[in-house]
Amino acid sequence: MSENTITFEIDGVEVQGAPGQTIMQAADAAGIYIPRLCAFEGLPPYGSCRVCTVKVNGRFQSACTQPIAEGVIVENDTEELLEFRRNLVDMLFVEGNHFCMFCEKSGNCELQALAYRLGITAPKYPYMFPADRNVDASHKDIFIDHNRCILCARCIRASQDLDGKNVFQFVGRGPEKRIAVNARARLVDTDLDVTDRAVDVCPVGAILRKHVGYATPVGERKYDSAPIGSDIEAHKQ
Amino acid sequence: MQDTQDLKRVVIEPVTRVEGHGKVTILLDEQNKVKQARLHIVEFRGFERFIQGRPYWEAPVLVQRLCGICPVSHHLAAAKAMDLIVGVDKLTPTAEKMRRLMHYGQMFQSHSLHFFHLASPDLLFGFGADVAIRNVIGVAEKHKDLAVQGVMMRKYGQEIIKATAGKKIHGTGAIPGGINKNLSIEERDSFLKDIEQMREWSRGALKIAKDYTVENLEQVAPFGSFDSNHLSLVREDGAMDLYNGNLRAIDAQGEKIFDQVSPLKYLDYIAEDVRDWSYMKFPFIRSLGPENGWYRVGPLARVNACDFIDTPEAEEARKEFMAVTDGKPNNLTMAYHWARMIETLHSIEKIHELLEDTDLQGEDLVVRGERRPEGIGLLEAPRGTLFHHYRVDENDQVTMANLIVSTTSNNEPMNRAVTKVAMDHISGQPEITEGLLNHIEVAIRAYDPCLSCATHALGRMPLVVRMVDAEGNEVAKKST
Repeated sequence: MSENTITFEIDGVEVQGAPGQTIMQAADAAGIYIPRLCAFEGLPPYGSCRVCTVKVNGRFQSACTQPIAEGVIVENDTEELLEFRRNLVDMLFVEGNHFCMFCEKSGNCELQALAYRLGITAPKYPYMFPADRNVDASHKDIFIDHNRCILCARCIRASQDLDGKNVFQFVGRGPEKRIAVNARARLVDTDLDVTDRAVDVCPVGAILRKHVGYATPVGERKYDSAPIGSDIEAHKQ
Repeated sequence: MQDTQDLKRVVIEPVTRVEGHGKVTILLDEQNKVKQARLHIVEFRGFERFIQGRPYWEAPVLVQRLCGICPVSHHLAAAKAMDLIVGVDKLTPTAEKMRRLMHYGQMFQSHSLHFFHLASPDLLFGFGADVAIRNVIGVAEKHKDLAVQGVMMRKYGQEIIKATAGKKIHGTGAIPGGINKNLSIEERDSFLKDIEQMREWSRGALKIAKDYTVENLEQVAPFGSFDSNHLSLVREDGAMDLYNGNLRAIDAQGEKIFDQVSPLKYLDYIAEDVRDWSYMKFPFIRSLGPENGWYRVGPLARVNACDFIDTPEAEEARKEFMAVTDGKPNNLTMAYHWARMIETLHSIEKIHELLEDTDLQGEDLVVRGERRPEGIGLLEAPRGTLFHHYRVDENDQVTMANLIVSTTSNNEPMNRAVTKVAMDHISGQPEITEGLLNHIEVAIRAYDPCLSCATHALGRMPLVVRMVDAEGNEVAKKST
């Protein structure tokens, strides 16, 4: 065994990874799916949604930020953690206005797909129905529907780290926290371009290309035939 | 205004075996003489407001959530309006025919559901039969073959909707400028396999409806009937066309009030009146005014208004239908059932025709043109002419939506039917039985109203009939 290999355990399965890898990266390579929303391949770890929370030697850690270490015991697919994740996803649903029935992201939406995978059929928390979320459709090619934003910051990071721009930022604190563009300006006033990576990273139907809508028929959408995470599990060693 | 303070009030709430939630109030004097009878639509949802601010391409998927019975109508009417928004006046043959297949599939399932499950208990057992038998379970027990046919015909239509829209209820198939899928050979063959059976059952249902009307003409003719105008879309050559066409209105004698009016000009010909006792509006023909301009829509109006039907079996059936009234419009409320079954046969003939057409396997699905600010889409929904009208701003967001749904157009006729039946069958009766009250519902059911659509409401369906005196004290109550 190479000294550059770290060996640890996820749910009783021995997993090997390279120094510097996160638990999520090593798990992905081993074909073990850890649910996630804010994590996105190619973007730096962020650790905000907490959906990827695992137990490392008995302590809660976010798998997307925690580096692997020799001999640690990681719990992932346990009822305790699944219940925590259900609660987190549930809260994301009720905090916004997520109307899957007419959302064009339906079938391609990571939040919806995760809810299905976790067995959430209806939220157990009361809907908050926030009335202050608007739609910014000022850009000719792209629009933002703030009703559906889950504050994962993928767009912020993609704009900064991949596009070399600074189109999106957070404003406000606590329940008032929102994605904004160039400090509350309209999308049309930014240098966002339809080819920017930031346009494609949104896990939900908050940032979308215009005029696409429902072009993909039901049955051919990303999560119509296999649950989210199946692509990772497909290359299980 | 009529003084109603001292009158007894009979309430049917909700009306059963219809789609949605409504109630009827009947005001009686001391001798149980009917002084007033009204159908109220009691709930409100307001989709015309919800859609404002949403991107235009969402409209066909969002607005169809008005209803789960014929959502395809709203899906397609909105899509037709959005075709104009994206600058498209003519779809590709594949897109147009896929949408038509979806629409005929829906017409077939909706009419089958209504005839076999909602209306047939009244026709098979009698209007005043024991309520314990006069329901779909009673039909299943006494006429098992009919109940099974109803289920299988509805299933066939629903499967066609799934193959064209992606889902049996609330699909996404029609998109601005076209359709998002074609029909595979496997899907086509699965439908062709059962087509003859469906045609046979449709003929059988038509025979039941026709025989019932003809054999009971003495009872049926006056039941909730009255002269009225009729409105529907017709093709340029005057043929019945359920998916596309121009507006034609005729009077009770068949004289044309207007003809071949482009859907884009509907506002020049149709207006809506508002009354304080119903959430449903009262549309009317402008040139005749709200008093005389009300009209009927739906199967009866369509069969009356068209010059011919372009499928052979349905055309034969239309001729027989028109012969009963010597070629003049048929104004009998109960004739809706017969007309509805003519359309069911027409729909399955059209489905058969389309399934044999290789355009359905075409790959050219969507076209685009230059964006426009306004779109209007009309079609003939199972219950009648459906109007969708939208304005969209330069940011692609909907700023205005106006929907006139079929049941709204039938609002005044249904109220007339309710009043007529109340006067003829309830007025002066010493005891108001459940069977007598069902006569009112029979007249409403003939129109197959979708009260959800009409007011964008969603309701439960248990029957509660209350009789209260002028002070509001309950004197009798019946429930199922």
